[in-house]
Amino acid sequence: MILKNIRLVLGIITLLILTFIFIDFAGLLPAEKIPLAKIQFVPALLMNSFWIVGVLLLLTLLFGRIYCSILCPMGLFQDLTGRVARIFRKKRKYTFSPERRWLRYGTLVAVLGTYVAGWSVLLSVLEPYSAFGRMVTHLLRPIYMVGNNLVAGVFNHFGNYTFYHTEIFLLGASSLIVALLTFLIIGYLAWIYGRTFCNTLCPVGTVLGFVSRFSMFRFKVHEESCNQCGLCARNCKSSCIDSKAETVDNSRCVSCFNCTTVCTKKAIRYEFSWKKSSPSTGGSEEESVASRRRFLTTLGITMLAASSQTWAKGMHLVTNKPWARKSPLSPPGSLSAEHLTIHCTACHLCVAQCPSKILKPSFLEYGVEGMMQPVMDFSHGFCNYDCTKCTEVCPNGALKKLTMDEKHATQMGIVQFIKTNCVVYTDETFCGACSEHCPTQAVSMVPYKGDLTIPFLNTAICVGCGGCEYVCPAKPAKAIYVEGNPVHLKAQKFVDNNKKEVKVDSFGF
Amino acid sequence: MKRRDFLKTAALAGLATTFKLTEGMDLMAQKTAKTALKAGGTDLVAVMGGEPALMFRKAIAELGGIGKYVKKGQKVCVKPNIGWDKTPEMGSNTNPELVAEIVRQCLQAGASEVVVFDHSCDDWRKAYKNSGIEDAAKAAGAKIMPANEVTYYRDIALPKGVKLKTAKVHQAILDCDVWINVPVLKNHEGALMTISMKNHMGIVWDRGFFHRNDLQQCIADICSLQKPAVLHVVDAYRVMKTNGPRGRAVSDVALAKAMFISADIVAVDTAATKFFGQLETMPLESVKHIALAQDLKLGTMDLSKLKVKKIQL
Repeated sequence: MILKNIRLVLGIITLLILTFIFIDFAGLLPAEKIPLAKIQFVPALLMNSFWIVGVLLLLTLLFGRIYCSILCPMGLFQDLTGRVARIFRKKRKYTFSPERRWLRYGTLVAVLGTYVAGWSVLLSVLEPYSAFGRMVTHLLRPIYMVGNNLVAGVFNHFGNYTFYHTEIFLLGASSLIVALLTFLIIGYLAWIYGRTFCNTLCPVGTVLGFVSRFSMFRFKVHEESCNQCGLCARNCKSSCIDSKAETVDNSRCVSCFNCTTVCTKKAIRYEFSWKKSSPSTGGSEEESVASRRRFLTTLGITMLAASSQTWAKGMHLVTNKPWARKSPLSPPGSLSAEHLTIHCTACHLCVAQCPSKILKPSFLEYGVEGMMQPVMDFSHGFCNYDCTKCTEVCPNGALKKLTMDEKHATQMGIVQFIKTNCVVYTDETFCGACSEHCPTQAVSMVPYKGDLTIPFLNTAICVGCGGCEYVCPAKPAKAIYVEGNPVHLKAQKFVDNNKKEVKVDSFGF
Repeated sequence: MKRRDFLKTAALAGLATTFKLTEGMDLMAQKTAKTALKAGGTDLVAVMGGEPALMFRKAIAELGGIGKYVKKGQKVCVKPNIGWDKTPEMGSNTNPELVAEIVRQCLQAGASEVVVFDHSCDDWRKAYKNSGIEDAAKAAGAKIMPANEVTYYRDIALPKGVKLKTAKVHQAILDCDVWINVPVLKNHEGALMTISMKNHMGIVWDRGFFHRNDLQQCIADICSLQKPAVLHVVDAYRVMKTNGPRGRAVSDVALAKAMFISADIVAVDTAATKFFGQLETMPLESVKHIALAQDLKLGTMDLSKLKVKKIQL
């Protein structure tokens, strides 16, 4: 009972905080200081934080899959869904089901195989923390923002500006669809069956399950006290207690302590189990079912990827811009598009936290293998010269933490100027909006006709922030844009040649 | 709050938002502004050599005190330049001490509230914070208003406008009784200078339209709005002489310790441009929007016609 309550409290805290940092468009919580994202299993692995991974594995070896019940937000989301389901279906109960071993390990092998082959997208889709992040970013965050705008509307009307309106826009259709499917599929499974996702598709669940089979503390049914009432099995959201056989499949158990709490006979106990080695086994052979499922999963993912590819081709046909970016603009700290694709699992914490709202999930900019990973988009803003937020919150090390000086010396892309699109050239009127926004004066204005000035580029000092592209008023195609650097380069420091001291002691008129 | 109360409040708010400012109300506001103009003896004050707050106190006293512009019970809007995520030393934004002093004086004159806002270019939350203006203005008793979303703007007509006939203007300007324009003096790579007139681009939503449709003319056009600022206070304490309006290093900025105040927008920008000409070459005629505003009869570039008071501290 105590252990269950501890789990509940810790789980609720994790779920609340992790949910909030993904919806927190106003930056109320300092997400970079909250380590909850950084101790997630896959992010820590990709960050090469072996000590974190080591601690998580050790915890599992000692106490079972408590990670799945306390730290994993996707697991907690499923528990919450189950709780809500119980309100609507009072007589709802769980039943034992055998382990789908082929599906579990098959999926894990597929995830690892595709990842090694350079396709991180399958890992991104199934990795529970990132899948949770996307669900919140794409489904809950817009609702939160709409709510904020309604509240702001009322407050502002009465002259209170504690709340302010915020712009809501579609971050990325593909990620929204993936997030929605994730929500519907995992939500449905959790509503009806419990932790099915964790014990079939989740790669972290499979790895930790392999360890928890042998953990020091495990759940065990004591035959002498058990009257086979089945209460434990009916309350087991992992469907891993076979009350008839009086066995617990500890590889699928997520240590929720529901069984020990409901058992009236104290027949099922969480106890030290290294005295005699008896790894519990569960699951009979259901190979045909498992392989069929695996086939369908693969088919589904292939179809999704293929259809999106066709869609992308269609998209390119309708855009009639005279210029198109050849390489995507990977975010600061990503070092290169390749480094990003290898390390990112598309949790979208950077997308949710970017104060300038310029990070959006990629579609096919990095190829199918890097789908949903963050890419810079200057249609709603530009990268603030003095901001390093995304590099601070990234739990995966996909965006390496940058100091301000490092950020200033990073060239994410290079400015390109199309003179024939520029209003100074076409209309012969003043503009200079690009230069106005340029933090380094990589774009400066030089004499043109009469008093007119026209943009002039010094690409060596360009950081690729996109201020010029965002603000360029030329329509329909902009006159200035940033071409992405596939590998980030070093931006030279601008030469500060304004040292002359001017002294004035009269008004000049 | 009970659900019923909340719904009532929300319904009231909805009802209230359906009321719009009428032309008549606008004209009334304009009249008060005009009367304020006539009463003074001095037309333009130039001050030099002091700290921002002190220079403002001297200058406003010379014009007859803030009470001439702000009446008891009026809602006041103070519009500084908070364009950039830059600290005060960089000279990219209006001096926070100056903004705070103006806010304090308005409240002392009996203003019912003072609202401060700007449509920033950089992320507005960072610009408001790092410019020092949010904190300084709040401490002085002002209310800070966001300007990041189109919902904060309403359409107005600009009958005198040549290129710009309508614009979405921030509600703080439209809903106040009087507003005070507090620009900072900077060079501007696009418009050549940014002073009182260019600072009006921070009261509109769609700046892209300006840049697409003859920037200099649009700047003059927006200044012809029916409710002009009662006073333009040009902060030339730190003057950005190069790489403006954003600036990239402290060396872009000269510590000039000056200030120009007038109700005549053309005159005050003329004076400030001439002052700037001592720091960097800037022929007055090249700053086209000033002459274009004179064509719209918004003021005079001929400073000899005005009663100018120069104060050296």
